[in-house]
Amino acid sequence: MKIFSALTVVLILAAAAYVGVEIFGLYAIFGVVIPYFAFFTFAGGFVLKILSWAKSPTPFNITTTAGQQKSLKFIKNAPLENPSGVVGVAGRILLEVFFFRSLFRNTKTAMTKDNRPGYQSEKSLWLGGLVFHWSFFYIFIRHLRFFTYPVPGFVSSMETIDRLFQIGLPGLYLTDIFLLLSVTFLFFRRVAIPQIKYMSLLADYFPLFLIAAIGFSGIAMRYFVRTDVMGIKNMTMGLISFKPVIINDTGSLFYIHLFLVSSLFLYFPFSKLMHAGGIFMSPTRNLAGNSRKKRHINPWNYPVKTHSYEEYENDFRDAMRGAGLPLENPGSDVSGHGKQEGKE
Amino acid sequence: MALPKVGEMTDDILKKQNVLPKKSWMEVKTTFEPGTYCYGEKAAPGEILDLPNPRDWDPAQDDWKLLPNWKETIQKGFQTRLERFRSLKLFMDICVRCGACADKCHFYIGTGDPKNMPVLRGELMRSVYRKENTVGGKLLGKLAGAREMTEDVLKEWYKYYYQCTECRRCSVFCPYGIDTAEITIHARELMHEAGVGINQITGPASNSFMTGNHLGLKPHAILNSVESLVEDIKSITGITVNPTFNRKGAEILFITPSADFFADPGIFTMMGYLLLFEHIGLDYTLSTYASEGGNFGLFTSHEMMKRLNSKIYTEAERLKVKWLLGGECGHMWRVVHQYMNTMTGPANFLEKPVSPVTGTKFSFADGTKFVHIAEFTADLIRHNTIKLDKARNDHRKITFHDSCNISRGMGMFEEPRYVINNVANHFFEMPEDTIREKTFCCGSGSGLNTNEYMETRLKGGFARAMAVKEVQEKNNVNLLTAICAIDRAAFPALLNYWNPGVETSGLHELVGNALVMNGEKARTVDLRGDDLAGSET
Ligand code: SF4
Ligand code: SF4
Repeated sequence: MKIFSALTVVLILAAAAYVGVEIFGLYAIFGVVIPYFAFFTFAGGFVLKILSWAKSPTPFNITTTAGQQKSLKFIKNAPLENPSGVVGVAGRILLEVFFFRSLFRNTKTAMTKDNRPGYQSEKSLWLGGLVFHWSFFYIFIRHLRFFTYPVPGFVSSMETIDRLFQIGLPGLYLTDIFLLLSVTFLFFRRVAIPQIKYMSLLADYFPLFLIAAIGFSGIAMRYFVRTDVMGIKNMTMGLISFKPVIINDTGSLFYIHLFLVSSLFLYFPFSKLMHAGGIFMSPTRNLAGNSRKKRHINPWNYPVKTHSYEEYENDFRDAMRGAGLPLENPGSDVSGHGKQEGKE
Repeated sequence: MALPKVGEMTDDILKKQNVLPKKSWMEVKTTFEPGTYCYGEKAAPGEILDLPNPRDWDPAQDDWKLLPNWKETIQKGFQTRLERFRSLKLFMDICVRCGACADKCHFYIGTGDPKNMPVLRGELMRSVYRKENTVGGKLLGKLAGAREMTEDVLKEWYKYYYQCTECRRCSVFCPYGIDTAEITIHARELMHEAGVGINQITGPASNSFMTGNHLGLKPHAILNSVESLVEDIKSITGITVNPTFNRKGAEILFITPSADFFADPGIFTMMGYLLLFEHIGLDYTLSTYASEGGNFGLFTSHEMMKRLNSKIYTEAERLKVKWLLGGECGHMWRVVHQYMNTMTGPANFLEKPVSPVTGTKFSFADGTKFVHIAEFTADLIRHNTIKLDKARNDHRKITFHDSCNISRGMGMFEEPRYVINNVANHFFEMPEDTIREKTFCCGSGSGLNTNEYMETRLKGGFARAMAVKEVQEKNNVNLLTAICAIDRAAFPALLNYWNPGVETSGLHELVGNALVMNGEKARTVDLRGDDLAGSET
């Protein structure tokens, strides 16, 4: 049901773009207005989301200490798993962002023949995720050739590398293949592993279908349906330089592709895709495990009601005297359960 | 309530692996069968702690005697916490339901209940968040994974947020560091605001508030039980140790979980501390006011944690000690590491901790001025300042359990191992995926160590126990050592059930056994009165 709905939404989006340009001729809407709107919503939404997270403080240092603390000199600490300062934290975050360090640890728990839980290394999600994100990123950079003039050298060389294995004509991009394979894998594991399927939401399927559809439409444009690349470049250059031009003979596939990308941009800041920004802000990863050395400040630390020593002595004076414990106030025999504001 | 036999329980665990309900999890109604939930908190402790709506109630009854405005309280409290805690806000937003955490939870492994997958445990709360805080949730409801806060949801929270030991194992594996323990902490805190908590936590917390310790030991009772340990030490070693209490001007205030004063096997660890301090001539005092290192406030709310924790610095200041030394306790050290200095510091009236024996500056504890006994002892050993006879632990084949809080909430792995290797000859590690940062919880942490919950605790501890079984079979391990008071309370039952023949000890019990005291008599038994190897004639 969720899968079906997600797929339907993506198909409707694609159809909307097709109908919009082919039947209603809404080239300006789909080619200019929506892309701008999507881009600015994305940029604004992304920043606002980050700011809204940033607005909430990190009152306590709750870093996950996944390695030995820095303590005695003769004991070796784990600078990346339990960083003791800024450099280690930066390293930890970069490892997470670029290489999915935590996911690399993944194991699969399954009962062994001894009827005990056994743990096997399970790197497929790590690999699938890594391939997916890196291909996506690579393709994103490669698309800069549509938004730059002249095209910077590194973009051209990235493109050349991507076509290194001359498969077919025009040369097949490896990253296209990787993206489609990995997105298929991510979808497949989501439906094939019962537990994951059980917890999955519409919001988990939708981005997968959307990205797959973006990939397919992009690839189709390159290999199967003749598209006017120069026309597209004129349009994209127009968009980026805020002098939009409309070219209506690039083929509707281009408009579908563009609209799906716009949809992804629009959807991004309101969805789980914001993990892209959130990963940098996760307090279990971006704080150093040095809270015993350096005091972490909680901006809203407030005084609380405590049971003070005086009250304690009042409560138990006789018993304390009987046990020979030193007393602050041996004479008085006042007792009571008064409460007072504790010190800050 | 009789427990199922080991075979039955194992079958039950195996049968429930990979079995999912037909209905979506939101449709599955929460039930309260005996052994699967903790008793609700009683009126008395709630009154002592000024908690809202103190009353006697029973979670298994339909009527929870909630206040009419319970829901608004939770909704409002939720929003406040989102504003105060970036962790919570972020963890509500960025989970991608990749499932990397799913099979990492000992409760999921032991019960097969999908709501014990950390990701779904998080969804229990995220679903309510979406309903109130996201456009999609407001518009699409269930389709967007959103739902209204209702009494059924509250009951589900109660069951599953007290079926999480806040162990953080899931957070090690999550690509974004989402810490379901943090979510559980907030869920429990919210429930407390609405007057819903478990007695096993609120009871000890109120004791700790009034008497200074979870067990509710009054000053003279603490003295008496330590006195009897002093006698035991005398009869086993011939040495008289002289602990002092509430003594002003001592160099060090020693804080340890109260179970070490009173409960078997913590008392043997206490004997170890006392012998060690005597051996090195430490100028220290104990306190009856700050007689609890542990802090059940951590399992209640941040505020409660602070209310209980503040005693330690207050007492250190009153007694004019220089710095603090802390005993073997898991959640105590999570509090010291993550919260204490922030909440109740800065402790500028204390001095930077320096070992009076070796001169080592514990500069890593310059802020809290609180040193862990394993760090302290490791340093003593390193400097050859204590005399040890490892052979006196030869009757033990030891494995070490990394307590969740010490490992993932503090990051101490090597010090206790260093100490064990220097006080004992036979040390064996459990399988790699079950130790250090990947350690498995005893199944009873975070205040769940209550009798009515034994069946669930045994299931929660199954993963840990089966790892013990590996070394029990392979290396004849007969002792599990842990530096955590809850472990020392929980493992005897767990191991007795799954691993008969394996006992539980603290680290300093082993140290105490090995310590060669000046003028001691020849030892024939260890600190718990068991024959030493080679002496059973
Ligand atoms: S590992 Fe993290 S992101 Fe993945 S499902 Fe668990 S909590 Fe969510
Ligand atoms: S913190 Fe521990 S008990 Fe709680 S969900 Fe995570 S793994 Fe399970």
